[in-house]
Amino acid sequence: MSSDAHVVGPLAGLRVIELASEHAAYAGKLLADYGAEVLLVEPPGGHDTRRYGPFAEALPVDHPDRSLWFWHYNTSKQSVQLDLHSPADAAQFRQLVGFADIVLEGEAPGRLSALGLDHAHIRGPSTVWVSVTSFGRSDPRSAEPFTDLTAVAGGGLAWSCGYDDHSLPPMAALGNQGYHTASIWAAVGALLAIEGRARTGEGQLVDVSMHAALNVTTEQATQWWLVAGKTVQRQTGRHALHLPSEPIVTLAADGREVHTGFPPRTLDELVKLVRWLDDCDLRERLPLAALLDLAIEQGGMDLAKLYDDEFTQECFRTCREAIMLLAQHHTADEFFLQGQHRGFAVGMILSPEETLADPHLIARGFPTPVHQAQLGHDVVHPGLPIRFTGSPGRITAAPALR
Amino acid sequence: MTAPPEAAVHRTALSGLRICDLSGQLAGAGATRTLAAFGAEVIRIEDPVRKGKWDLLRGVPPFKEGQRGIEAGGAFNNHNVGKQGITLNTRTERGRELLAQLISISDAVTENFSAEVLEHWGFSYERLCELRPGIIYVSNCGFGHTGPYRQFRTWGPIVQAVCGLTWSVGQADQPSAGFGLSYMDHHGANLMVFAILAALHHRRRTGEGQWIDMSTVESGAALLGPTVLDITVNGRPARRPGMPASNRGHAPQMAPHGIHPAMGDDQWVAVVCRTNAEWAALAEIIGVHEPEWATLAARVRDHDLLDERVSGWTRQHDKFAVQARLFAAGIPAAAVQSPQERIDLDDATARWGLFPEVSHPLLGPTRVDGIPLHLSATDWEMSTGAPTLGQHNHQVLSGLLGLDDDEIARLEADGVI
Repeated sequence: MSSDAHVVGPLAGLRVIELASEHAAYAGKLLADYGAEVLLVEPPGGHDTRRYGPFAEALPVDHPDRSLWFWHYNTSKQSVQLDLHSPADAAQFRQLVGFADIVLEGEAPGRLSALGLDHAHIRGPSTVWVSVTSFGRSDPRSAEPFTDLTAVAGGGLAWSCGYDDHSLPPMAALGNQGYHTASIWAAVGALLAIEGRARTGEGQLVDVSMHAALNVTTEQATQWWLVAGKTVQRQTGRHALHLPSEPIVTLAADGREVHTGFPPRTLDELVKLVRWLDDCDLRERLPLAALLDLAIEQGGMDLAKLYDDEFTQECFRTCREAIMLLAQHHTADEFFLQGQHRGFAVGMILSPEETLADPHLIARGFPTPVHQAQLGHDVVHPGLPIRFTGSPGRITAAPALR
Repeated sequence: MTAPPEAAVHRTALSGLRICDLSGQLAGAGATRTLAAFGAEVIRIEDPVRKGKWDLLRGVPPFKEGQRGIEAGGAFNNHNVGKQGITLNTRTERGRELLAQLISISDAVTENFSAEVLEHWGFSYERLCELRPGIIYVSNCGFGHTGPYRQFRTWGPIVQAVCGLTWSVGQADQPSAGFGLSYMDHHGANLMVFAILAALHHRRRTGEGQWIDMSTVESGAALLGPTVLDITVNGRPARRPGMPASNRGHAPQMAPHGIHPAMGDDQWVAVVCRTNAEWAALAEIIGVHEPEWATLAARVRDHDLLDERVSGWTRQHDKFAVQARLFAAGIPAAAVQSPQERIDLDDATARWGLFPEVSHPLLGPTRVDGIPLHLSATDWEMSTGAPTLGQHNHQVLSGLLGLDDDEIARLEADGVI
């Protein structure tokens, strides 16, 4: 094994044919950045996503390789253009599939079948074929039009996100989180089938449903319904719950948003909380500060009692008020750093540029320079989502349109 | 439980894979539940002294009606389906010896403690390698095990706050809405599965194991790619007036693109036009005749007004009726579904078999999250719920580690298990 293979990543040696799509592109990126040899098959003229914004504005508007969307989702891949409707190109596609360990595609059901190029026609016995559709390959609803937003609305993520004020709509997230959710599962499915192949020698079909993926990405919303028959409701900046909870995000002294975390509850945390209040001379600004002392005398709070014991509820509320008060007393940076150094799981709400500039992420080398030949210099990309210490993986620029 | 018959050995994707699982909550336990569903032998280790309550979800609601206690937590049951559970008091020397023995016969060790916890127990990565050459060790931690914040503590919402994701959910004129769930616990768990499987592939090729130092802040920061490149390539900060407006279609640009009120109390429907043709079809249906809005640029410019016109129509109709009507015209639309609607009333969910029923000695039959993949040859299976505290002590200590009944009784009496 050459040392080069270690740098390339843990998936070195796997060959992947990816049919370009919007919703499975992140799955291909995960496989490629971690060392699989991913060949992106695009239609003549390049896939539509090459024309998705945002764009590199230093390049002329007619430049074929200025889509930052494409730059991101297609790192570390190679590309070829094939017209699957032409017999010669279809034959070449079959040949490529014959050499592949994994085929990754996000076509609507029936399209490849009509071309005689579906898994049933051309998958070899040891090939893993991963299909990402909106509702599953055999579901009639997969024929319906969809986007990231409609998937997130139907799948449950939007139900849980938004504001206390329910005249405002439920919220989706920026940045294709529905597609990411399906794609991460697709990458997992591909490797599960590779493991299966290592045991049986045989490939298989991996059917990924984006709707199902989102439907099991709702944390406790599902368990509240299945176990207790309760329906959670969206609340500003905090977990959706069947009961209203207290605010958890507040503005620090410098006007930036901070997250005050789960209120202190153990004896150790209560002692630290009182010390922090005293260090800042804030105790007299907390009307029920005496409750904290009582809770300390009792050896901390029992969370299991939170739903039916009034004293526990009062203490919990006072702890929340105390930590909110501390947050408002400090700048966001101070609150985050001091709070964490004092042992509290608190945070500050950073925008992506603030996250990229954070000293911790820089120290770990997360922002990753990638040479973009179009610009003639390196550009910082988001780094790898998982740190393999033995075979790290690497990010190279997305393939240019030839 | 009895061992599977010989013929079934190769029917699962992960047969023969043994995980020594010290992880918990959703970020960790959510990973090993997937491995168990595909046939891995996952042995979850809990602390007998704290009755397993390091995992906050043991013994907290949601509960089934009338139930309480450390075996009754609904989320704990969900996240630990199909695992074996044993107790080991690692404060005792004998407890650490037994953990070492278990590691020496495992393929991977998984944990999501704060950094340095496992090392303090005497199980550094180097020690794990001595115990089992080629071991795969995954630590899943908010900030990872290196860097200035390595000792900081996190849970899902803190990870999301710091990595940019909380900022990315909200209206332009409102505070951050954030995710109303620990979204990164899900993806931390899913990427942890990816990590273990990728490391297994690497080990098969090279014979080498490795340590995977996962930081879920990094995993989350990697989920805002085009926005990040707009910052680093164009110098345009994401935090600027008009952002995040996260229901709008930014990349690629689309308009209309939003979530609109439907008939009824707090009912909503998402409506999107990807092309001018889709807008023309929608305009016809909703009775809007504004020739100027034929172009995307005009619709993006007038998005607020456009939203008002779309909402004016949607609020007169049931959300599922809007969905059906727009689908028929080729326009993407979807009702914002409540838990009941997406779990119990959704045909596609039923066809997938997404919420299987598992059995549990105390909870009885309960439905849990299934897996959004179907593998044609080696699919997943879920039949048993979470282990009760120490449920498999005898099975594992006797069956795997070869202890006899007297020794096991002594361990119990000595507070080791």
